[in-house]
Amino acid sequence: MAVSTKYEIVIGLETHIELSTKSKLFCGCSAKFGGEPNTNVCPVCLGHPGALPALNRNAVEFTAMAGLALGCGIPGLSYMDRKHYFYPDLPKAFQTSQFHHPICIGGSVTLSDGRVMRLNHIHLEEDAGKLVHERGKTLVDYNRGGVPLMELVGEPDLRSAEDAVEYLEILQGIMRTIGVSDCRMQEGSMRCDVNISLHLPGTEYGTRAEIKNLNSFVSVRQAIEFEAERQSDILEAGGSVRQETRGFDANTGETYSLRSKENSDDYRYFPEPDIIPIRLKPETVKELLARIPELPRARAERYIEQFGLSEKDAALISKYRRVAEYFDTAVTESATGNGKLAANLILSQMFAKISTETEREEWSPPVSANQLGELIALTDSGKINNNVAKRVLSAMWDSGKDAAVIIKEQGFDGPALDAEALCKAAIDANPTAAADFKAGKEKALQALIGYVMKESRGKAPADEVRATLARLLS
Amino acid sequence: MAKNGRIKAIQTALESGKTSCTELTRQYLDAIRKNESLNAYISITDETAIETAGIVDAKLARGEKLSALEGVPFSLKDNISTTGLETSCASEMLNGYKPSYDAFVWDIFKSANAPLLGKANMDEFAMGSTCETSRTGGAKNPYNTEYVPGGSSGGSASAVAANIAAYSIGSDTGGSVRQPASFCGLVGLKPTYGAVSRRGLIAYASSLDQIGVLAQSTADCAEVFRKIAVHDALDMTSTPFPAYEGGNAIKIGVAEEFFTGASADVYSALQNTIRVMEQITGNTVEIVKFPLLKYALPVYYIIACAEASSNLGRYDGIRYGRPAEAYEDIDDAISRVRSAGFGTEVQRRILLGAYVLSSGFFDAYYVKARELKQIMTYKLVNETLAGVDFLITPTAPATALKFGAKMSPVEMYLTDICTVTVNLTGLPAVSVPCGFDRNGMPIGAQIIGKRYSDFRLFELASKFEQATDSEFLTPLNGVNGMGVSL
Repeated sequence: MAVSTKYEIVIGLETHIELSTKSKLFCGCSAKFGGEPNTNVCPVCLGHPGALPALNRNAVEFTAMAGLALGCGIPGLSYMDRKHYFYPDLPKAFQTSQFHHPICIGGSVTLSDGRVMRLNHIHLEEDAGKLVHERGKTLVDYNRGGVPLMELVGEPDLRSAEDAVEYLEILQGIMRTIGVSDCRMQEGSMRCDVNISLHLPGTEYGTRAEIKNLNSFVSVRQAIEFEAERQSDILEAGGSVRQETRGFDANTGETYSLRSKENSDDYRYFPEPDIIPIRLKPETVKELLARIPELPRARAERYIEQFGLSEKDAALISKYRRVAEYFDTAVTESATGNGKLAANLILSQMFAKISTETEREEWSPPVSANQLGELIALTDSGKINNNVAKRVLSAMWDSGKDAAVIIKEQGFDGPALDAEALCKAAIDANPTAAADFKAGKEKALQALIGYVMKESRGKAPADEVRATLARLLS
Repeated sequence: MAKNGRIKAIQTALESGKTSCTELTRQYLDAIRKNESLNAYISITDETAIETAGIVDAKLARGEKLSALEGVPFSLKDNISTTGLETSCASEMLNGYKPSYDAFVWDIFKSANAPLLGKANMDEFAMGSTCETSRTGGAKNPYNTEYVPGGSSGGSASAVAANIAAYSIGSDTGGSVRQPASFCGLVGLKPTYGAVSRRGLIAYASSLDQIGVLAQSTADCAEVFRKIAVHDALDMTSTPFPAYEGGNAIKIGVAEEFFTGASADVYSALQNTIRVMEQITGNTVEIVKFPLLKYALPVYYIIACAEASSNLGRYDGIRYGRPAEAYEDIDDAISRVRSAGFGTEVQRRILLGAYVLSSGFFDAYYVKARELKQIMTYKLVNETLAGVDFLITPTAPATALKFGAKMSPVEMYLTDICTVTVNLTGLPAVSVPCGFDRNGMPIGAQIIGKRYSDFRLFELASKFEQATDSEFLTPLNGVNGMGVSL
């Protein structure tokens, strides 16, 4: 059954983000993803007896920067705590985390429709190792053990799977922009736990289930949709939802019970005696604040304001720091400030070729921002139209040549076209289509436009052709 | 005359060519075996010792002078990590464990070419006051082998008192260096917390653990401490030791709370000590108060056990300890390994610690204990020690017990009453021999100083040695001449 519309879905996320520091949280081992199992390890991250942690300053600063970018308060003093549990991927039998006094307090994420999703806090902790199940045996890879991890604990302000995905995308964009994490869900550097409950609006929140360890946007969406439906079915049948921890099976798209919360673990938190209190002086916080570049949201708003981009286009370009910087350079270089054309070329042409998230993050197209700027300038000067610009860009992409060279070589800069004559010829050559259009078949116009475009090798201005044809056939 | 110390005597003998380092080291190794019944060592490290001695001899052959501690054979407590050499904390759990890295202090001794004779016996995971919780049984007190040497650094004390090590490195969490030093007639230092790196010291209670020195004299103890009081950037609780600026006139305080429960012999030895101290300093002692002492033991045992339960969680049979042969699930497997691998006292403290940290009890025990620890530190430093430089107390209320003395755990914990406050407050303290009881067993006086006053403590201790003509110190060649003679 679908989720009964009478219920409101209440969702809160706990998002884990691995920090992209060079070394681990407490030792000098590389924090890089991958590597042969158990090669980036030492007595500290393997929890050997007597080994002591030395806190990574960068990890603390990155966490504080993330907090500053999300409007959190940064207390002058915070502490690490020990969280105890036995598990083979946790060599010390405790995870060094923060419980009582985290680095960042409060903060929020604003969705595109203006709703504010509050954060409770952000704390810093170490990642655990990874269990690898192989041929009936379980092996442990400690390369990931001790990698610095931030946990962003959100308030239950989200109301749908879409909200949740947008929230995560925004976080991803911010973290990448400020350079504290690559937030690659497929590599586990961003993952989240979803708390979800249903209630009737105006009544208290319902009992929640926590779905652990979701590692893709698709999983987040599916898990929420499945879980909302499951809880709705229970409530509709007159039952009550059990407070429990659930897992998610990406193959079936279903959640399943892991353990009930009543016999939940007692983590026996207490202050980590091996790590001195973390002091962040106001000067330091000020310095960190200065290191934060223009954030995606502010950037998008600027693009809308300055260039008249659509909300969607502005958000998409601002999402990737390198794309946004590329866009800025191209627009500046063009001297005409035609952000709309720049956005159009990047989003419709270049994004089709550079399609994966990772590639977009890294953003190294064969056409430089300066080259794109020149193309925009040439288009704005009237030398070529927007359609031709796309074709020129495609040729630039393949050849690496500048726009001016391509235009000259391929004769895109011929005499101006007579749209009226072209349209008349099209009507003459396609009497059926012309008659159909006159008879009210709007679609028939497309065939005529296509003909003109073909004849003019795409150089005819599409808008003008459409208008002329319509006038001639009215 | 105060002794110049065993270390100086050895280095003089080596430099004058009276003996070679290899010869001397062999003598020590032989003496260890000859006195095997003392059970002072858990493992003997002949190879390392002889190899180091060879390096020293080569240096002497080139006519080079010896640097501090060079060529002087010593021992390390069995909880200090030594690469490739068994470090078992006297526990079945770590029987056969060979660390893959060196403790910061062991690195210092290695670079100093100090021959390591072996790893000293101790109470399991440094939990105990008699050395009897060791997996190999307790070390014996050289003054009378029917008596315990104290604990937990009992093997260290036994070895130094017998002179089957010139000095020994121990660890002190609640008195584990000072109390065995007092039981065996030695000088024992618990430095200011943070003065010596704990890196590689297998943790019992991290916020209280501190590596210390057991030696035959103040001069020895000071020389070793000077060498190891080095800041370690990789131990966040390590602090650079401030330069010693020398002391002015010394004022000594006595807080009578520390004397309640002292045996008659200890009491009178301390009375005498105080009289001598008054002569040395030219000041009458000041009577001060420390009424919070009554909270010291509960606070200590809550914090120490809480941290122990956390620090010892990693011994789960997966990587340490003998894996369980049959088990139902992973929890059962871990529980079996820990029940078999840990002794009773260690299990007791882990359970106590897990209890005080568990939800529902955390605020009532751990949080209260932490608050009291802070208050005690503030009061001791800013009130009790406000008008005086040092406090004189007994190191322990009584002298060494006989083996197998029947005591409840709480009665046993009560014997730590004078020492634990020093760990809780992070202050330095030294135990100096100050007499013998009616059975001829040594008595120790504890001098507590302010933070970083470690070298001033030695100055006072050294003056006390001079004033008492070293009559309470252990003989240079060991009790009853049982060790190496020069």
